[in-house]
Amino acid sequence: MSRSSRAIGVLLLALALPAAAQQKYAGIGRPATPDEIAAWDIDVRPDFKGLPRGSGGVAKGEQVWEAKCTSCHGTFGESNEVFAPLVGGATKADIATGRVTSLVTGDQARTTLMKVSTVSTLWDFINRAMPWNAPKSLTVEEVYAVVAYLLNLGEIVPGDFVLSDRNIAEVQQRLPNRNGMTRDHGLWDVKGKPDVRNVACMRDCPVDAKVASALPDHARGSHGNLREQYRPIGPARAVDTSDGGPAAAAAPAASPLAELAKAKGCMACHAVDKKLVGPGYQEVAAKYKGDGTAVAKLAAKVREGGSGAWGPVPMPPHPALAEADAKGLVQWILEGAK
Amino acid sequence: MHRGHPKPGRILPAPEGFLTDRQGNAAERGRRGFLKRALAAAGGVVASGAAPGQGTPRGESAILELPEHTKGLGQPVAARVYGVPSKYEQGLQRRESPGLTRVSAASVSFAPLQGMFGIITPNGLHFERHHQGWWDIDPSQHRLMVMGLVKAPKVYTMDDLMRLPAVSRMHFIECGANTGMEWGNVAVPTVQYSHGMLSCCEYTGVRLATLLDDCGFDRKNGKFVLAEGADGSSMTRTISMDRALDDVMVAYAMNGEMLRPENGYPLRLVAPGIQGVSWVKYLRRIEVGDQVWGAKDETMHYIDLMPDGRHRQYSSIQECKSVITSPSGGQTLLDKGFYNVTGLAWSGRGRIRRVDVSFDGGRNWRTARLEGPVLSKCLTRFNIDWVWDGGPAILQSRAIDDTGYVQPKINQLRAVRGTRSIYHNNAIQSWRVAETGEVSNVQVF
Repeated sequence: MSRSSRAIGVLLLALALPAAAQQKYAGIGRPATPDEIAAWDIDVRPDFKGLPRGSGGVAKGEQVWEAKCTSCHGTFGESNEVFAPLVGGATKADIATGRVTSLVTGDQARTTLMKVSTVSTLWDFINRAMPWNAPKSLTVEEVYAVVAYLLNLGEIVPGDFVLSDRNIAEVQQRLPNRNGMTRDHGLWDVKGKPDVRNVACMRDCPVDAKVASALPDHARGSHGNLREQYRPIGPARAVDTSDGGPAAAAAPAASPLAELAKAKGCMACHAVDKKLVGPGYQEVAAKYKGDGTAVAKLAAKVREGGSGAWGPVPMPPHPALAEADAKGLVQWILEGAK
Repeated sequence: MHRGHPKPGRILPAPEGFLTDRQGNAAERGRRGFLKRALAAAGGVVASGAAPGQGTPRGESAILELPEHTKGLGQPVAARVYGVPSKYEQGLQRRESPGLTRVSAASVSFAPLQGMFGIITPNGLHFERHHQGWWDIDPSQHRLMVMGLVKAPKVYTMDDLMRLPAVSRMHFIECGANTGMEWGNVAVPTVQYSHGMLSCCEYTGVRLATLLDDCGFDRKNGKFVLAEGADGSSMTRTISMDRALDDVMVAYAMNGEMLRPENGYPLRLVAPGIQGVSWVKYLRRIEVGDQVWGAKDETMHYIDLMPDGRHRQYSSIQECKSVITSPSGGQTLLDKGFYNVTGLAWSGRGRIRRVDVSFDGGRNWRTARLEGPVLSKCLTRFNIDWVWDGGPAILQSRAIDDTGYVQPKINQLRAVRGTRSIYHNNAIQSWRVAETGEVSNVQVF
């Protein structure tokens, strides 16, 4: 059923609603309108129920990818910098069988294209949640195009391919891991059968005499100074690991501008001392050192967006950020973000 | 304590109980000589007949010299309009595991189980998992839509939901990836990082069954329910209709106040016994359908990679599990002698029937006391007496739920699921106590 005819059906049902269904909780809730349902009913199921009509090709997908996706996922979807890699590890033979061999051998870190068993999942997720810092900003064509580009990076579709609602079911039959999954296990149903049956032995139970694994020395201080992560009373004290490993997990008191940067979401993509999705703040400070126009220039960039200064990855616009806040934040960054 | 007879083997001066850093480091490096010196010092005190840990024969200054708070005027009411813990409790915070994730808006913070009591998680210490950051949403603008295979798709405001029949239920929430870093080998130092994606609250809200009934859901074809969030990630998960009609709730409150923003204010799904990712935060939509939805977080993440290369999708139930929280990894016991060993047990399939504790790495076990209430799909606190003789020990707890399922050893899980898994590790946890009193994370089969 098309969206519009389904919506009309829903409306008719709502009008014909039996009185009994609403009487129990009189005055609670109201009918959802067809437009409201259409606005939120964005899920796309494996049988493609919910998939909007449309199409998008690999070439268009490449443009969208370079503008909006490379910063986190890399030019070829291979990046492991911010999130797990999307592309790699599946072969032509896997496309033929629908089972990814490297999942059996374990000689390849798992990528999205090794795992995904339904192409609808890619469409649905990219449409609802990507790009990471601007979800739901892609058009229907852009979503088709990005899915097509991703599949092309995985050599599942050719470079001139145009993905559409009409051919997506055929693409499903080329997914490398389309047969590599099951719901037949004990962790779906609350009454499901557990994998293991341990017994509650109480005396002289068989155990392996050895300690099979112990915390490596380097990991003792890997989570900051444990001494600061407990309390000064009780049956035990936390050990002092201040001499082992990176800085304590608890950050020192930050300046109000550091708090503002956090609250405004800047720190989702930037760090002070290193490149994350965008450049590190210390790098920014070094680049604009001595530039008297930097505050005004960069504050405008923060609010309006921009790209080019740090490679092709764009800085998205932040129109909701007040000009004074933008200037304050830029000033703070240029002073070393302390 | 008998005056003039301090306990032998005391590692720390009592009752103030602080090790200086120098002392702490010495004890932690396992220098037996330090213990001897401590003993010698204690012996010296005995010889002079003084109270333990203090230099004066009259007794402790904490008693003899009245402190400021006994002699002065304290703070007025409402000095803190929303109360906060004592400044001495600042160590107990939720914390990230360094290096686990790259960006903090798609990350985890772990609850400090090592310092918590009973079964309820204070709201400010509840663990967090966000995929695309958290929001503080205006509740007057928040809407819940129920649609799909229903006679009457409806929209509810928070006003509507808070007028409906309310229920309050205590349940645990555990991330499917809790203890996931320990599948292959020991990786993290404390129970906060090994088990801290676990919390437990009293939730208040409306049974999902109430809403499904109110909309006249299709009882014949409606086999599944989709829950969807209103935030950027718009998280979706498929829930089976039998779970949805059983104990799933649409909750607006936790532990007597509204949900915290980090936990989905103003509305979240509560799916008892099911892994945390299904407890959709900022809940905006419930859809009734006849098929599963194949969402990212049920078919590509939160799945179990089996040794044959196949993925188990839609894994949901958190099986029976327990952990000793005190003493636990990264701590040093004060002294030989008596301890209340305590921990938490839970099962996604029902109530905890029994918890056994071993002090010798699983050879011999004793049954712990269960502290009430013992509720279905809720944390259960257990306690057991222990006298530490100063020798090496390995502490383990093993929970049994009311289906008769016995919490497994990690090698039993690996025998079925292999070592490349991430999720659903409910293995027995082992803490080794060294002669120095230092407790550390180990795996023992």
